[in-house]
Amino acid sequence: MITPEEIKATLAKSLPVSLVETQDLTGGGDHWQLIIVSPAFEGKGLLEQHRMVNEALKEPMKDERIHALALKTFSPAQWEKLGA
Amino acid sequence: MADEILGKIDEKVKNNKVMVYMKGTPDFPQCGFSAHTVEILKSYGFPFASEDVLADPTVRDGIKRYSNWPTIPQVYVDGKFVGGCDILHELHERGELEPILKSAFSK
Repeated sequence: MITPEEIKATLAKSLPVSLVETQDLTGGGDHWQLIIVSPAFEGKGLLEQHRMVNEALKEPMKDERIHALALKTFSPAQWEKLGA
Repeated sequence: MADEILGKIDEKVKNNKVMVYMKGTPDFPQCGFSAHTVEILKSYGFPFASEDVLADPTVRDGIKRYSNWPTIPQVYVDGKFVGGCDILHELHERGELEPILKSAFSK
């Protein structure tokens, strides 16, 4: 398992993030849903955006601290358009 | 020899307009993410082929290396990797999935 703080810190090491929202889907600390807004996502397709997150979280995914990851990724412009 | 499986996968991906690697079958999915992915695809009515990775551990491992993507299900349209459950869901919600499928089937 992993804490939201650890997730955020790990992400921030390789990805400039302007917003990270974490939701523990099972209460077990290893199934997470993340909403991530990053300027690095600008102009990139969803596949590429998710690849960037997977890459940033490679370590905790490999050692199973994160067992399942549901992602919602947005560039700042996309996020703003949602009115969030 | 170890990568014979990548060749087999490549062949299926290239020979099917829509190819899904999943856990279980479209009628009996064995995982919620696979089930949701199939449900989305079925809603468009285009035919798709699938392979059950639970039936063959070499495929289960091979498909992850083929796409350099860590999870299953994986959806390929027109020979290209589109994404897994999250991405399919999001493309579906944004109305971007139908044009991708349509363009594959209009060729």
